[in-house]
Amino acid sequence: MDVLYFAWVRERIGLPREKVETDATTVAELVAELRRREERYEVAFADLSALRVAIDQELTDFDAPISGAREVAFFPPMTGG
Amino acid sequence: MRVLVQDSPFDLAAEMTGFGGDGMGAIVTFTGVVRNNDRGDLVAMDIEHYPGMTQSALTRIATEASARWSLGDVLVIHRHGRLEPGEQIMMVATASRHRKDAFEAAEFLMDYLKSRAPFWKKEITRDSADWVAARDEDEAALGRW
Repeated sequence: MDVLYFAWVRERIGLPREKVETDATTVAELVAELRRREERYEVAFADLSALRVAIDQELTDFDAPISGAREVAFFPPMTGG
Repeated sequence: MRVLVQDSPFDLAAEMTGFGGDGMGAIVTFTGVVRNNDRGDLVAMDIEHYPGMTQSALTRIATEASARWSLGDVLVIHRHGRLEPGEQIMMVATASRHRKDAFEAAEFLMDYLKSRAPFWKKEITRDSADWVAARDEDEAALGRW
């Protein structure tokens, strides 16, 4: 699946998107897997309360299943308007 | 209903020409402007968005407003990219037969645009670049709807 990062999450991880092959079944499992990769992921995902997640461009939560998802995006709380 | 996501400026007067039609007795517009910071040294606001999601998120918010209030028309324009102090960032417009629906729907749109539309603002000054943090009161404002 494609994993996308926006705003400071993108800056901390150092890229806007990447392909990820995973056996994770939920967003939380995917996050745990990413955190184990490298320190920059550990830093970006250190505080999940400061993050929001969207699956296939719909806001959801970290318990959500990701089976069949094409795109998972992580970003800070939105500041539109 | 129209929802526009763009980097170019918009012209409020041009957008309002004919908006709603002659059956509508009230039009409410709100325009968001890049505000300088307290020190007065803001160079620009960089506005990032999530291209695939922005249009659908804004359309959903506008559709919800149309379902909850009696509206003749709804317009949402939100810009992205680098904007300087004083530039217009976004606008909403609502038309209704009587003013109450137009006012309430415009407030609803603004409250949801703040916290549920995938935009992120970064303040650029001469010697810093900081992401604008979401405010708790913006999230709390959704509770009244």
